[in-house]
Amino acid sequence: MAKVLMKGNEAVAEAAIRSGCRLYFAYPITPQSELIEYMAKMMPKVGGTFLQAESEVSAINMVYGAAGAGKRVMTSSSSPGISLKAEGISYIAGAELPAVIVNVQRGGPGLGDIQPAQGDYFQATKGGGHGDYRQIVLAPSSVQEFADMASEAFDLADKYRNPVMILADGMLGQMMEPVEFKEARSQAELDELGKQHNDWCICPNEDGDKKHHHEINSLEIDPAVLEAHVNALYKKYAVIEKDETRWEEFNISDDNEILCVAWGTASRIVKSAINEIKAEGKSIGMIRPITCWPFPYEAIAKAIGPKVKKVYVFELNTGQMLDDVKIAVNGKVPVDFWGKVGGIVFTPAEIQEKLEACF
Amino acid sequence: MEIIATRPQSLTSTPFTYCPGCLHGVAHRLIAESIDEFGLVNQMTGVAPVGCSVFAYKFFNFDMAQAAHGRAPAVATGIKRARPDMHVFTYQGDGDLAAIGTAEIVHAANRGERISVFFVNNAIYGMTGGQMAPTTLPDMKTTTSPYGRKVDDIGYPIRVSELLATLIAPYYIERVSLLSPADIIKAKKAVQKAIKYNKEGRGFTFVELISTCPTNWGIDPVKSREWAKENMLPFFKPGCFRDKGEGVE
Ligand SMILES: Cc1ncc(C[n+]2csc(CCOP(=O)(O)OP(=O)(O)O)c2C)c(N)n1
Ligand code: SF4
Ligand SMILES: [Mg+2]
Repeated sequence: MAKVLMKGNEAVAEAAIRSGCRLYFAYPITPQSELIEYMAKMMPKVGGTFLQAESEVSAINMVYGAAGAGKRVMTSSSSPGISLKAEGISYIAGAELPAVIVNVQRGGPGLGDIQPAQGDYFQATKGGGHGDYRQIVLAPSSVQEFADMASEAFDLADKYRNPVMILADGMLGQMMEPVEFKEARSQAELDELGKQHNDWCICPNEDGDKKHHHEINSLEIDPAVLEAHVNALYKKYAVIEKDETRWEEFNISDDNEILCVAWGTASRIVKSAINEIKAEGKSIGMIRPITCWPFPYEAIAKAIGPKVKKVYVFELNTGQMLDDVKIAVNGKVPVDFWGKVGGIVFTPAEIQEKLEACF
Repeated sequence: MEIIATRPQSLTSTPFTYCPGCLHGVAHRLIAESIDEFGLVNQMTGVAPVGCSVFAYKFFNFDMAQAAHGRAPAVATGIKRARPDMHVFTYQGDGDLAAIGTAEIVHAANRGERISVFFVNNAIYGMTGGQMAPTTLPDMKTTTSPYGRKVDDIGYPIRVSELLATLIAPYYIERVSLLSPADIIKAKKAVQKAIKYNKEGRGFTFVELISTCPTNWGIDPVKSREWAKENMLPFFKPGCFRDKGEGVE
């Protein structure tokens, strides 16, 4: 399939539809508006449901209902709206429903601004909603990857019956890059997908032995039952940590003197800086977490080669993933951090300057 | 042996968790009987709220969802849009529907969402121990209005049926009472109508059921009904506010 030039927001929407998403509920917010508008235009053309909800709270609860009916369903928003979805995401995790949530992050806290930022890392990876749960967090760094993550997110959500968040930002949402889409899932495939949840989801009933009573529920009033439920969730999360941790290694070698760690938009800029420094004959590598939860702790620990003097973390926040990197590094070498906030994005030259000073 | 009375097919054998004399059980039974009567037990699904009826997902004998506090209409919307072949209802209390869930109910009604909503108004937060609800009557004492509901400070009770009747989309809106056997027979007719319209895919149907909370009102069940007749019915007048099927606009 030929490449097309598209904004990230539109690309992820198109890819979601191709992955079999036929229900989408959301509330408008910048910088994700192209996503909701694309869905409004395209869903009716594929016989799907587009519904502009009265709030992000309602949208996520519509997702809860549709996911409870076993269908591929998605919502999207940007930072302030994701805060409103937090309650619903907790319920989705508790009730073990498959759902995909896109966060096109903007500057915060509060109303913040509408420029790209990475300030929702804590919210996405450490909870956001209440209670003891985890959500899978995929962090794209290009429009192509943003699009590819749609189908990956649906597959992971279905496989683990768990919320999956694609954690992008205003830069990835708004910029145009060439994208190549996968073939759309055929109707036969979609019908097959539709059946995979029939043993637990809300679906028409039958008489006699086949009668079922499926409960979409996160309430367990008996502490012993809730304990068993949460422990079962944790077993599932351990499997996800083992099997689904993803990262990219960039220029990693035993000669590395500096190891960078950056995710999403920030990682693109760090890559450019590394390329400049490489050209000067210095050795420097980068680990880019692709899943922010589960986090690639081991990959980072392993990438600290014999000559590494320092691990340098760059983020568009005041140091959120930094905590996870410190856990991974576990005191082996010093960890430094530099970030930009307020929706201001650092330049490759700025990163290069920071890194050059380390040699 | 001839069976002359039995549990409706639409109810499970799980015992209700309601206080003795509570009318939630009556409301459940009316809904279950109506679903049976229209032969919908295999196409039905419901959404339980947060409130005393939180366990409704265990009581109805088909697939059920339990929703976050106030969000049942949004959850029902998601289910109905995902499964248009199924019939969906929500069951909600007055705190759930008329306070925290006001946006969800107004907009589900305004979209003409093809669901039924059964709204149990007992003028109080039952589950959490008797706090003031948006439907608590003027001067009525609750644990969070210990000196009585002061309307100058906190406003008047919300008449949800009348409020929703200002919208164009809803197909059927009726308020009934569960306070006497005669009222319950009338209430059954309203519930049946909502289920019938739901079956026919007509649009948004809403039945408000005036109920009691003997436990938190601190009045015994029989006197509670008398109290409610004297105090609730004059403010929350039973009546049909919308019935597009019968030309009531
Ligand atoms: C977000 C949230 N806020 C508050 C509560 C606590 N809570 C549980 S039930 C309830 C009130 C329910 O009252 P109502 O809807 O009138 O139902 P009733 O128990 O009277 O039938 C409240 C405030 C909650 N569970 N979730
Ligand atoms: S607290 Fe009130 S509403 Fe709740 S079950 Fe008891 S009597 Fe019924
Ligand atoms: Mg109540």
